[in-house]
Amino acid sequence: MMHASIDLILAQGMLGLNNGVFYAMLSLGLAIIFGLLNVINFAHGALYMVGAFVALICYSYLGAWLGLAGFHIDFWAALIVVPLVVGCFGIVIERTLLRWLYRFDPIYSLLLTFGIALVLQGLFSNFFNMSGTPYPGQPAALRGIVDLGFMIFPKYRLFVIVFSIVVCAGTWLFVERTRLGSYLRAAAENPDLVKAFGVNVPRMVTLTFAFGTALAGLAGVLAAPIYSVSPVVVIGGMGSIMGAIVSGLALGLIEGVTKVVYAPASNTVIFVLMAIVLLVRPSGLFGRAGE
Amino acid sequence: MSVTENAVDHMSSPSAGEGPVEKPAGGGRRGGRGITDKGMNRFFWILLIVLGLTAPAYMYPVFAMQLMCFALFAAALNLLLGYTGLLSFGHAALFGGAAYITGHVVKVWGFPPLPGILAGTLFAVALGYVMGALAIRRRGIYFTMITLALAQLVYFLALQLPFTGGENGLQDIPRGHLFGFIDLNQPLAMYYTVFAIFMIGFLIIYRAVHSPFGQVLLAIRENEARALSLGYDVSRFKLMAFVLSAGLAGLAGSTKAIVFQFASLTDAHWQTSGEVVLMTLLGGMGTIFGPIVGAVTVVALQHDLASAGSWVQVIIGGIFIVCVLVFRRGIVGELLRLVRRG
Repeated sequence: MMHASIDLILAQGMLGLNNGVFYAMLSLGLAIIFGLLNVINFAHGALYMVGAFVALICYSYLGAWLGLAGFHIDFWAALIVVPLVVGCFGIVIERTLLRWLYRFDPIYSLLLTFGIALVLQGLFSNFFNMSGTPYPGQPAALRGIVDLGFMIFPKYRLFVIVFSIVVCAGTWLFVERTRLGSYLRAAAENPDLVKAFGVNVPRMVTLTFAFGTALAGLAGVLAAPIYSVSPVVVIGGMGSIMGAIVSGLALGLIEGVTKVVYAPASNTVIFVLMAIVLLVRPSGLFGRAGE
Repeated sequence: MSVTENAVDHMSSPSAGEGPVEKPAGGGRRGGRGITDKGMNRFFWILLIVLGLTAPAYMYPVFAMQLMCFALFAAALNLLLGYTGLLSFGHAALFGGAAYITGHVVKVWGFPPLPGILAGTLFAVALGYVMGALAIRRRGIYFTMITLALAQLVYFLALQLPFTGGENGLQDIPRGHLFGFIDLNQPLAMYYTVFAIFMIGFLIIYRAVHSPFGQVLLAIRENEARALSLGYDVSRFKLMAFVLSAGLAGLAGSTKAIVFQFASLTDAHWQTSGEVVLMTLLGGMGTIFGPIVGAVTVVALQHDLASAGSWVQVIIGGIFIVCVLVFRRGIVGELLRLVRRG
């Protein structure tokens, strides 16, 4: 009996971890954008959705649109193509819209991204009434299940967990350990000084925004075959990069475990946690002091 | 770039030297040529009262009542956003929460509408106190995100608590009798009751803004550090503004529950919080009449475009983008600027 309930908690924990990696990728993107641009990207959830839909379009519709029967971009290619597409979209947003608001109060940027989120959501529900359309492109290699000892787990979900953790870790290494990453950290600290050293900060801002949105797009591709998370608004991503990753994972885990202990509370517990995090440790991207 | 700015500089004011700033009490320039601020104010007051009294003659009363509920809601938000410089993204929880409480008190407990509205408003005051007390511990974007997180909490509670009716919401809330003898099922009786509630709420806001209390709020918006150094208990004033704004948002929500006879999840959804921010922004934040103009514009737009389905969302989002980029003063803010120039 005891054994069974521990298994249950472990099983829910794994499912929670599965959600957690999505939260982690999304809040990582948010954290990077917030750190350099001081913008809370309300459109992040919408861009994630865009990622999922672009993956679907690539697989199911693109061939027909181009008049090439049988042509499609499969899942593996989509993992590269879709983040690029969404990232380019991010560049457009930053260059044409966000750029003009940096000199004003950050709440205007927040409201702008809120407007973008509304437009994207509206457009997608207009053009693509496919919220219920399953993504057919799940690769054969990832179908089926694996036995983890304490539970049987779908291969695909395991792949998602491993892949996302690799992406998150890679991003962390990039920011913390590379030369370009150090420019990024410096610019978050003091953009004018970094500019004075001859670094093209506006371009860096653009690329950072693009990278953050690309992460959202990538999460969208990964989610397309399973639809496991519905990102209303992800309010995390205000802590450090590591904080964003860890808190995203923790969020998923706690949500999963709460489902076992007291299911109805699993939604509310997320926001309780977020409020607590915001109140107790609202430090900036690279551990700047909170306000 | 905003990253470089000192936190205190931009946190204290949403307008940051650029946005809409209504001249404080007294109505601005006196004795100048042409129309003055005071003249504008008087014009708006007369317009408001005349339109309010005559609306049922040429308007569908339920629609007019919807306008007033949202106008009051936006005006309540403006007290925080426009006059104190605090952006709350959680006001829908107060609006929707109050609607649920009113619905429950009237429908299940069988109270008359007025105590129901009072209960809803008091609930919003209490909830606003908790939300405000937590949120004012942080500034700027963090403040906003805390209000959003707490509002999401309320939203999911509303989704799951047994008495709210989950996805269906609370339906068939009886309108009942005001003071025991005025039948609110009569459209005109309901309309003028809502008008009275709206005017009371709006007068409270008007008085609050044009009082020493309102001046302190403006001081906090313009320069929080200086207000603090002058000896004002900034946190207390912020909290008071939040609670007042919450109560009035609750009043609007409770009234809406009685008018439409239902309370739904939409009222408490974060997009509603966003819409009410849009109303305030579009009309002109920090202007007394701006939120009313903004609310009327947005609600009328939603009404006219109802057949267009989710295009409404695209258009609303588009307006949001345009407003934020080029139209930060809002309709009334631009009017005031023209008047001041002329």
